[in-house]
Amino acid sequence: MTQTQSHREEKTAVEVTSGLAIRARGLSKNFGKVQAVRELDLDVPKNRIYGFLGPNGSGKSTTIRMLCGLLTPSAGDITVLGWRIPEQAEALRREVGYMTQKFSLYEDLTALENLRFMANVHSLSRARRRERIESVTGRYQLEPFLRQYAGTLSGGQRQKLALAAATLHEPHLLFLDEPTSAVDPESRRGFWETLFDLVAEGTTILVSTHYMDEAERCHALAILDQGRLVAQGSPDELARSIDAKVAIVESTQPRRVSAALQKQECVVSSAQIGNTLRILLSKEASDPQELIRSAVAEAGLEIESCESAQANLEDVFVASTRGRKQP
Amino acid sequence: MSSAQRIMAVIRKEIIQLSRDRLTFGMIVGIPTALLLLFGYAINMDPRHLDAAFADLSATAASRQFVMDLSQSQVVDFRYRAGSAQELEELLQSGKISVGLLVPADFERRRLEDGRAAAQLLIDGSDTVVQAAATRLGQMINTSPYQYQPALLEIRTYYNPERRSPVNTVPGLIGIILTMTMVLFTAVAIVRERERGNLELLIATPVRTTELMLAKIAPYVVIGLVQVTLILVLGNLLFQVPIRGSMLDVYLLALIFIIANLAIGLAISTMARNQFQAMQLTYFILLPSILLSGFMFPFSGMPRLAQWIAELLPMTHFMRLIRGVILRGAKLEELAGELAVLGLFIVVAMTFAVRRFTKRLD
Repeated sequence: MTQTQSHREEKTAVEVTSGLAIRARGLSKNFGKVQAVRELDLDVPKNRIYGFLGPNGSGKSTTIRMLCGLLTPSAGDITVLGWRIPEQAEALRREVGYMTQKFSLYEDLTALENLRFMANVHSLSRARRRERIESVTGRYQLEPFLRQYAGTLSGGQRQKLALAAATLHEPHLLFLDEPTSAVDPESRRGFWETLFDLVAEGTTILVSTHYMDEAERCHALAILDQGRLVAQGSPDELARSIDAKVAIVESTQPRRVSAALQKQECVVSSAQIGNTLRILLSKEASDPQELIRSAVAEAGLEIESCESAQANLEDVFVASTRGRKQP
Repeated sequence: MSSAQRIMAVIRKEIIQLSRDRLTFGMIVGIPTALLLLFGYAINMDPRHLDAAFADLSATAASRQFVMDLSQSQVVDFRYRAGSAQELEELLQSGKISVGLLVPADFERRRLEDGRAAAQLLIDGSDTVVQAAATRLGQMINTSPYQYQPALLEIRTYYNPERRSPVNTVPGLIGIILTMTMVLFTAVAIVRERERGNLELLIATPVRTTELMLAKIAPYVVIGLVQVTLILVLGNLLFQVPIRGSMLDVYLLALIFIIANLAIGLAISTMARNQFQAMQLTYFILLPSILLSGFMFPFSGMPRLAQWIAELLPMTHFMRLIRGVILRGAKLEELAGELAVLGLFIVVAMTFAVRRFTKRLD
């Protein structure tokens, strides 16, 4: 028993010095015939906010669960904070915090009781427990509802409580699975500010989201689609290296213009914003403006203007998830 | 040290949750009380005051005395007086009576003759319990002095000579109530956390499987002992059920049985997908426990296969132990074999639960 224990406590030497919090190679997960995650390679640097961006069912949650040892990968190697996962998951659990997608604290316990429970489960000493609960209570403004049942809290309050509980033991790495899905925009802003506070203190954060504005705030992100990694890098890098072109079209008949353009081979997508259309074209379109104008004229429609534009993260997301022709 | 802290954390959480769960709290007290009253008062395997009628065609002093004596046995209450055998049959057919006594006109002559029944008892056999009771009444006549014959067998009943049902039922009822509540509470324990989504968070913390299992059953051990006390006190106050063995033995026995049931509940909890399944699986244990353990029907009268199945239920072994201690005043040393079997149940079920429960979602 003691021998396996010491064996398990040993971190892999390479990873300790590499500056990576998470390293995964060829990570795959099958549920029966469904391939939820396919051949994922991930490098998450320490002390950063790393985002998983992807539509529902793209494998974000499954990947996070594999990384914290809750699911056994069908294939692939994972090292998290120097621990081999899933073999050394038990040792990892002391160093990570995990915030589940669905609120998973006890609804029939008060906020304070939940915090005390989590502190004890993480073996904090009495003095440290008091100090840490006081600290997170202040940081996440929990004071007014400490004695309220967790089940009666609002979405934003629950989220603060869940984050407080996940950070009680000062983990080096935080897994946040769609933490803001049930939260209003104001609370989301505040929430992200606190995430940067945590990073400033040396925490690495892995967060999954399907909100573009949140993804844009990450230091780096991975775009997942149908279990595949389709793009990886910082939001800026991704926008610059996009293999698509963007055009802004103004028209008095945006719906009909949009319909006409979507019939074109080169047009990946068309999104209406007020009376303008944001058109995403594949790289093969050598002259997007000319292509749009001729396509519109052919359909017997008129446009007021057509200009090319700088790609943003949403374009990257659309290009990499919808542009790819499904096999 | 930190292991103890984690166990205590989970126990404390369980107790807080339990104190806020009114339904479960009500079940802890409600189930024992309801079952005790039900089995103590309503369900009686040795019925008295059966509705009856008699037709005394002899109408002599001796026949009148005979009818009177039977009615004093309290097994039958003569509600009707019939004029003929046919009238008795009609009463029986219409369900107004369960037992009819026909004293023939030649009663005096018959009872002096050897080998001939002096009177006839008409019994409604559609209810076997009534049938059994009335048959005993018949035997009473045969062995009574009216036959002027010495009884062939003298029957002496030990330990419950008054043949009062509650005396037999209450000790067994402890087992039934504990099986019902203890298995159910823990069967639901882990499934509920899974259903509510708490489990995903819990298994991502350093709590170890064994710690979780121990902490899950600990609060219920105390609750089980409270229930035992409740049943013993009520049983003694309402039905004067004596406790002939030592009180310490009774509690020790109950403790082991409680842990065995909790362990089985935990094992169920690791198998069931949702609370409904957990409850169904609980009845899979509970129903045979009621029917096969010897609680309702005598063990010795069951077919061999049923006996084998019964041996696989903790309740059967507890039944022998608790009747032994409470009714016969037996010492635990004399029952060591049965105790060891209960211990084996604990080890097997607990190992199964710990092995089966993984801190994984797949």
